Amino acid sequence: MTGMADGNRRIVLGLGNTLNRDEGLGIHCLAPLRERLKDVAGVEVLDGGVLGLDLLPLVESCSHLLILDAVDAGQPPGAVVELGREDIPLFSRVKLSWHQVSFQEVLQFAEVRGHLPAHLHLVGAQPADISTGYGLSPVLAPLVPEIAARAVAVLERWGLV
Amino acid sequence: MSPRIVIDPITRIEGHLRIEANLDAGNTITEAYSSGTMVRGIEKILIGRDPRDAWAFTQRACGVCTTVHAIASIRSVEDALGIKIPKAANILRNMIIAQQYIHDHVMHFYILHALDFVDVVSALKADPKKTSEIQQAISGWPNSSPAYFAGVQKKVNEIVESGQLSLFSNGFWGHPAYKLPPEINLLAVAHYLECIDWQSQVTKIHTILGGKNPHPNFLVGGVPMPIEMDSDQALNAERLSVIADSIKKLNDFIDMVYLPDLLAVAPYYLEYASLGEGLGNFLTWGEFPMGDADDLSKFVVPRAAILGRDLKNIIVPDPRDAAKMKEFITRSWYSYREGDDAGLFPWQGETVFNYTGPKPPYEHLNVEGKYSWLKAPRWNEKPMEVGPLARVLVMYATGHEVTVALANAVLKKLNAPVSVLFSTLGRTAARAIETKVFGDLLTELYDDLIAEIKAGRTATFNGEKWEPRTWPRHAEGFGFMEAPRGALGHWIVIEGGKIKNYQMVVPTTWNGSPRDHKNQPGAFEAALVGIRMANPEQPLEILRTIHSFDPCLACAIHMVDANGHSLGEVGTGFNVFCRP
Repeated sequence: MTGMADGNRRIVLGLGNTLNRDEGLGIHCLAPLRERLKDVAGVEVLDGGVLGLDLLPLVESCSHLLILDAVDAGQPPGAVVELGREDIPLFSRVKLSWHQVSFQEVLQFAEVRGHLPAHLHLVGAQPADISTGYGLSPVLAPLVPEIAARAVAVLERWGLV
Repeated sequence: MSPRIVIDPITRIEGHLRIEANLDAGNTITEAYSSGTMVRGIEKILIGRDPRDAWAFTQRACGVCTTVHAIASIRSVEDALGIKIPKAANILRNMIIAQQYIHDHVMHFYILHALDFVDVVSALKADPKKTSEIQQAISGWPNSSPAYFAGVQKKVNEIVESGQLSLFSNGFWGHPAYKLPPEINLLAVAHYLECIDWQSQVTKIHTILGGKNPHPNFLVGGVPMPIEMDSDQALNAERLSVIADSIKKLNDFIDMVYLPDLLAVAPYYLEYASLGEGLGNFLTWGEFPMGDADDLSKFVVPRAAILGRDLKNIIVPDPRDAAKMKEFITRSWYSYREGDDAGLFPWQGETVFNYTGPKPPYEHLNVEGKYSWLKAPRWNEKPMEVGPLARVLVMYATGHEVTVALANAVLKKLNAPVSVLFSTLGRTAARAIETKVFGDLLTELYDDLIAEIKAGRTATFNGEKWEPRTWPRHAEGFGFMEAPRGALGHWIVIEGGKIKNYQMVVPTTWNGSPRDHKNQPGAFEAALVGIRMANPEQPLEILRTIHSFDPCLACAIHMVDANGHSLGEVGTGFNVFCRP
């Protein structure tokens, strides 16, 4: 914890289930980011897993929220996807990512309640394999450094690093 | 071949349940089949492990009901080894259980079930002043001004107007089966949004007593939380005051929002008081031991079986009776050494997978053969319904005063006899009634805890039989838990300090069970027969009855006609949870 007051937290939030290979992309990207950001004050790097609604207080406590996740954007497997605040469907019958419907609901709840973070961004990739198993597929594993670098670039644009 | 519709989760990986229903020419359900489409298999993981660790594995059967499997597990070990827990530990466990019920039932009602009955789009037509009058007439809840409801309406309208896909664009709005006036729809939508705030404030009991939430910590022999008033590493005065505050918030919402809303909505849906009954057989393992776990006389919810609606003849089922408690796999994707028609008592239970279903993706299951990953548990060879309705009927029939008074008040308001409880609406009403009963109980438990602390009886752990060298070579145990969704049992066999066999018979296995060796349907299957749908492409009526059981059911519906042609996809939204 940074001691930052609620409403002002800056969070990099990995989402996903590491038991379903590429579904856990967001979590696998956290390790290099923790290393890269270890000396950066005021940015928290958190594993959101598949917590769903339990993440709402956390989302609503942010001024800046950067989400890392596997995304079903209808792209070829391995395509890196970035979505800005205006582009993230806050709720959808169409899958955004494989477990994401509940997290999209979380974002919509935050919006309805007037607490959607002012700065919101998503970096992820189209999964190739979400079958049961550990570790990323050979398609996504090499993308982790690029996704981490893009995440850092977002934080730089936000003036946090 | 009659048309068959299929409800199968397709947008949420948490989905476990699939319903196939055959319709007659008038769109009435003639046969229904319930299939668990995911295997659990945690029993296999447990073999050979330390029984004191089992709770941490079983707890992971669910990410929402994160206490129930842990409690059933530690109780099974304590039962096998003859461990008695200290009174303060028992009170703390009971408080955790009560909190879980209240949180779970309120969230189920508003986030999942209410929108089967509440038309969000209709709420936009409401007169906020009239909604305010209704609110002020039914309770003293402070959020009741015309301006407050106008604000809610404006917010919802902004989202609907934006044209963006939203949680308010995802239902069957305008469906002819919606009956509420716009003003009550607006009332319910406002409370739907309010309960999101409420739920984040009231999980503190689990966070404090279990160290974290979800998946709080548990301990064979007590609770992993010492009581020391002047320690910051224990349950202390400050944390007790947080708990007291949480209890007040829990109960205020039940008294001023949940119960009044139920009573405001129910009169418009009395048709559901004669629909969706199903089996008429009910089972509870009992809950809230106010004394030792084996002292059935001190349970708040008695251990009981009801057969054929007979409330005058309450049977006390024995979970150790191998002749009566059996699981069948005739129509389930398992095999038993004794063959497909054998029934096994859980201490002798087997978990051997035998998938014979179609290769996914498939359109229809072979419902004439094996069609589910759920076994078919039976008591005395009969399928049984478990859950809030079973508990309320048992408490009602055995004269639990608060339950009798509440149930009679609800029935009076609906101007209906007791028999209406055997229905979809009865199940939904029973959930609210027991929430109130357990909310009051939580306050009592807190007072009991304070009394124990004042008397200096603060032990929360009995370590006499912690060491495996103190255990018998062979031991068998039964752990019960009335989970929010119904009777849960864990059966354990310990040998040489390790788990030799473990079987979990969970509420949705009872309610969602497939047919059995006698071709008897399970509770969902029986409850759906006879329900007529206004529009099979929007099977709202099925959802109402299935949701009334509060199963682990994902949100989306995929329907195919008899020839396997898709009728389209319908998302029902609002399922935030995985439900066991």
